[in-house]
Amino acid sequence: MAIKTEPILLNLGPIHPSTHGVFRMRALVDGEVITDIEPVFGYLHRGIEKLAEQKSYRQFIPLTDRLDYVASMNNNLAYVTAVEKLAGIEVPERAEYIRVIMSEIQRIISHLLGIGSFFNDMGTFFTPFFYMFIQKEKLTDLLEMVSGQRLLFNYMRFGGVSHDLPDEFLPALNTFLKEMPAEIDKYERLLKENEIVLARSKKVGILSPDMAINSSASGPVLRASGIEWDIRKADPYSIYDRFDFDIPTGTVGDCYDRYRVRVEELRQSIRILEQAVAGIPKGKVLNPVPLRFRPPEGEVYSHIESNKGELGFHVISDGSDKPYRLHIRAPSLLNLTALRKMLTGWKIADAIIIFGSIDICVGEVDR
Amino acid sequence: MPELITVGAAISPNLPWSDWQFGFWIHLLIFGIGIISLLLGSVIIFIWLERRLVGRFQRRLGPNRAGPLGLLQSVADVIKILTKEDIVPSRADKLIFWIAPIVAFTPVVLMLAVVPVADGALLADLNIGILFVIAISSITALGVFMAGWASYNKYSILSAMRTVAQLVSYEMPLILSMVGVVIIAGSLSLNDIVKTQTVPFIVLQPAGFFIFFIASLAEINRTPFDLLEADSELVAGYNIEYSGMKFATFYLTEYCEAIVLSTLAATIFLGGWQGPWLPPIVWLLLKIGIVFCFIVWIRSTLPRLRIDQVMGFAWKFLLPLAILNIFVTSIFVALWPETPAWLMGLTNLAILVAYILFWSKLFKPGGKAVAV
Repeated sequence: MAIKTEPILLNLGPIHPSTHGVFRMRALVDGEVITDIEPVFGYLHRGIEKLAEQKSYRQFIPLTDRLDYVASMNNNLAYVTAVEKLAGIEVPERAEYIRVIMSEIQRIISHLLGIGSFFNDMGTFFTPFFYMFIQKEKLTDLLEMVSGQRLLFNYMRFGGVSHDLPDEFLPALNTFLKEMPAEIDKYERLLKENEIVLARSKKVGILSPDMAINSSASGPVLRASGIEWDIRKADPYSIYDRFDFDIPTGTVGDCYDRYRVRVEELRQSIRILEQAVAGIPKGKVLNPVPLRFRPPEGEVYSHIESNKGELGFHVISDGSDKPYRLHIRAPSLLNLTALRKMLTGWKIADAIIIFGSIDICVGEVDR
Repeated sequence: MPELITVGAAISPNLPWSDWQFGFWIHLLIFGIGIISLLLGSVIIFIWLERRLVGRFQRRLGPNRAGPLGLLQSVADVIKILTKEDIVPSRADKLIFWIAPIVAFTPVVLMLAVVPVADGALLADLNIGILFVIAISSITALGVFMAGWASYNKYSILSAMRTVAQLVSYEMPLILSMVGVVIIAGSLSLNDIVKTQTVPFIVLQPAGFFIFFIASLAEINRTPFDLLEADSELVAGYNIEYSGMKFATFYLTEYCEAIVLSTLAATIFLGGWQGPWLPPIVWLLLKIGIVFCFIVWIRSTLPRLRIDQVMGFAWKFLLPLAILNIFVTSIFVALWPETPAWLMGLTNLAILVAYILFWSKLFKPGGKAVAV
């Protein structure tokens, strides 16, 4: 006689240790297997896009920090380049270099956190997380040196950056760049071939290339599916066309590939940083722009390769000192498009690491 | 039971308690209090030890504020947890919710009754010692299941289901791994088993120790088998709705189980209280500490397995190996009782290595989605 069973509606989140914030998934589970899943957004909605319409262009820069709060520099950069493109503002050479350095430091921070929390989701008792946090803290110290903040930097301005680098910054960065490759090798030695890591993450949560493109995924999630698409190469912004680096890609598009792509991107970021530190010129860092400047009427879409994918700002100006409308293309949100297809059929434990391997930030999902 | 009066008689041979009846009760009293206080005292120390060690593994300091070297951290935690509100969910099954922590905790203490701390110094020298340990240890799973079921929480029910599956599966290899030792020692009494170990049984039975250790990791819900708690999946598992002292009892159960299974590993495989120079109890505690540190090391290193991998590992890997181990050991003992220790140990080790190599060929990483 078969026992009568029925599926359980399981609420994963909004308060759950593995949802990386206040993300919620309503999962229908049959025993351990997830048969259906419905993501619920909006627990962290702060109306940032609407707030932009009530603030002057410059006043909105600190708010971009609050989007993906481990990618503040990249958010700044994306917004600032969009408005500069709209108003045709020139940026000094040194400022461009500083922007690239900040952007890549931020990418390393975000990827370290992403990999660390991915292993937390897999069940290691915080050990990889702390290993990576030690390196992340060094970088946070560097960013504190230039901006005075440790999380939300508010560093970039239209026409440059707010302050020049302090004298001790570049030597400190050089020290970091020297020791970081050895640290990455250490992570690799400890984690790359671990049987349990392989058993848990290989062939789990496969995102096929077609599905990745159709769901407009971007960033490491897209590259892990084997598609070589990086806006730093495909549509170079700032001065990325001057640097020599590769685009790491995966082959299968499973959780393991997403983790591998992030680790390889750490190495590429270090390569870019080394070139940028070697080539940084002297000069001014800011072409001053009036505090309440009015860009000409028109609209612009500008995108950069943020840590989690393509971060775009669509700014419409009506000639006043406030944006008429501002839309943010948030990579975290669009990477979740395929979530339902990726999760159904997997066990709860798999769902957690698949979700972790996408590496979202709820501040950006909900805006 | 003439040997039981030893303690009563040793205190003062001329007083009235040296007679059999009275000595028996004195013996029970002394050992009962001794076991409980030793266990609870060592839990405080071992929690501190684990947190310090995990801290070192993670390149940080660990607790170091409360008292010298942070030794009073556990005491502070106990005070904090005692003053917490004790919440019972409104739809919980109140009676079962209440007795579950007790059901889980009691058997853990009982298991120590048959463990000798020196020659003949134990609460009850049962001639079925190992059988007693096995039978009693399964009751903890019942307490955990009761807690998960009574909480009326979806996470805790999932955890309760995992408990049943995992603990029952791993009991099999755990029991069978000890059979090899029993065959060699020729006795089920733990006291006799320790006395037979002129050479620790880990040398004779490396495969047996390997199985025992892995299975006991699963029994005490430690990484990589901590699916019952699985803080990243099921938040806290079966004890998710517990707070205050009831939660503390579960926490205590977990650590007591870890200590008790370390004790069993030390007693059965590492020679128990035997050792030169130092007093027997010190040797036993040292060996328990070593096994416990090993458990902590594994905890701070490895990720967690998935439920199907955990079950597959028990039934497809550990169980056949355990049976193979029994088979080979009994052939040795039956056909050649005077087998030299090195030969038996080497054979056992060779079987273990060959089996692992063979099995790793069949190892396939990854998983498969269920068609929905």
